[in-house]
Amino acid sequence: MNRRAKFSHFGIFVLPALVLICVFVLYPCLRTISLSFFSGGKLTFSNYVDVLKSRDVVNPQGFSRGEFPLGALFDNLIWIVIHLPLTILLGLILAVYLRNVKGGSIIKSIIFLGMVMPMITGGVMIRFIFDKDIGVVNAFLKLFGFVPKTWTAYPETALFSLIFGSIWLWTGFSMILYAAGLETIPKDLYEAAQLDGASRTRMFFSITIPLLKPITIVVVTMTLLWELKIFDIVYVATMGGPGGASNVLALQMYIYAFKGLDFGKSSVVAVFITLFTLMVSIPMARSAGERR
Amino acid sequence: MKKKIYRKIVHDTFAWIIGLIWIIPFVGLLMTGIRPMDELLHGWWNLKVLHLTFRNFIQAWHHPSVPLSQGTMNSLIVAVPATVIPILIATMAGYGFSRYRFPMRNSLFILIVLMLALPQQMIAVPIFNIMNKLRLLDNYLGLIIVHTAWGLPWITFFMRNFFTTLPVEVEEAARMDGASDVRTFFSIALPIAIPAIVSAAALQFTWVWSDFFLALILMYSPNKLLATQRIPLMRGVYFVNWGLLAAAAILLMLVPILVYTLLQKHYVKGMVGWSSK
Repeated sequence: MNRRAKFSHFGIFVLPALVLICVFVLYPCLRTISLSFFSGGKLTFSNYVDVLKSRDVVNPQGFSRGEFPLGALFDNLIWIVIHLPLTILLGLILAVYLRNVKGGSIIKSIIFLGMVMPMITGGVMIRFIFDKDIGVVNAFLKLFGFVPKTWTAYPETALFSLIFGSIWLWTGFSMILYAAGLETIPKDLYEAAQLDGASRTRMFFSITIPLLKPITIVVVTMTLLWELKIFDIVYVATMGGPGGASNVLALQMYIYAFKGLDFGKSSVVAVFITLFTLMVSIPMARSAGERR
Repeated sequence: MKKKIYRKIVHDTFAWIIGLIWIIPFVGLLMTGIRPMDELLHGWWNLKVLHLTFRNFIQAWHHPSVPLSQGTMNSLIVAVPATVIPILIATMAGYGFSRYRFPMRNSLFILIVLMLALPQQMIAVPIFNIMNKLRLLDNYLGLIIVHTAWGLPWITFFMRNFFTTLPVEVEEAARMDGASDVRTFFSIALPIAIPAIVSAAALQFTWVWSDFFLALILMYSPNKLLATQRIPLMRGVYFVNWGLLAAAAILLMLVPILVYTLLQKHYVKGMVGWSSK
């Protein structure tokens, strides 16, 4: 193929997308990085120092006293520590368990519903199930003698309420991906193992889990990305409150930029989130590269 | 044999109990939306007195300050072009990446893959400034452009993966017959790609419809607010009007749920293909 043809292919097919991406995605990213290093027209680290000193992102006082707020960064980390293992385990177990159930696809659709709806309504629903008067969680806990309260309105429970609500929302994602993965495992593998006298548990751990590894990499990565970018749910359910107890990085960025008009600080937080999201994407990018 | 049937029944019943637990919040939301406020004082699950009413839905739809009817219209004005345009541009780009060799092809593709990880917060402030300079703040066109650009990386990635699985023979035959590259793309590759395009469109449309953050920073006139932006404004300041909020939330989620129900297979395929491969 001659040189001109190469460039015309590039120009017709790829260039329009590339131009739009460069102008409206790549340039803004680079601009955010540069904003994070400039303060008062000078190249400096002072924005980074300000953000870390502000206690919005990391709050050492909270740690020494052992209470919320701990800072947005730690709220995201707590989110990951609880949400990641639970959604992935639940998703895997449900995908396997619902496989041969009569009407299993309907149950799967119900569980997947949380993923389909806008996250802004997801946040409304989390606030709703934890409400003092009308929330179903309180109605349930009342049976065991607990005093009803709006769980999202107290610093010690706000974050955990959001996290557990978001498990309800997100489990459908890992379940659907694992269910699709299970379909690709050949049945004769299980039959052969059965002939060799393998138990069901043994088959699960030596056939199902290893063969689902590529799916697991994808599910873990996408879940981590979601946890790091979480915004809508927190915005509508608690606004990061009370007193910053359920604040997350994405919301803190919004508050710095569009409430405080401090673009230096907001850019620092955006850079933090991006560093984390790029870091967690490495395994998936690598496994995609291996397969090519 | 009998034992086996018995076990199957227990297994299925337990599965349905899980399904029921999962759907309770949705049932609650629906009950809260369709029952008058005074009945809700004893909880939406209390069925001693049961009156059904559409008042909350009508109120949310014709809300005095943030009518959802207007929001739905605005969201459609944004979501339809912000689905069609990026799909067309990204399908061509994905095709280009899979079929042609050009300088820096791999580095450009890696750049696009890296963008899948970006948070919207990373572009927020500069995008606000760009749109301000272009006089496209508080303007649907501005939001459509941002959604288009934001959707391009993942759709390009998705379509490129789809095209690499297709054999090139048919296209080559067309080219032998003298069809130009553009012609080959539109008359042969594009029709074959329709299932993948439907998957991508279902997801892109749902995501643009569900988007809150970009709308929040770019649209601010009360009559231009998108549907998602109106939900937090319906909460009320001193107390939460749950009937109204529930009705509004249900109306908002109807559209993506409809897309999912109609295009279930494509939707799930899109999700699986978009995240794997």
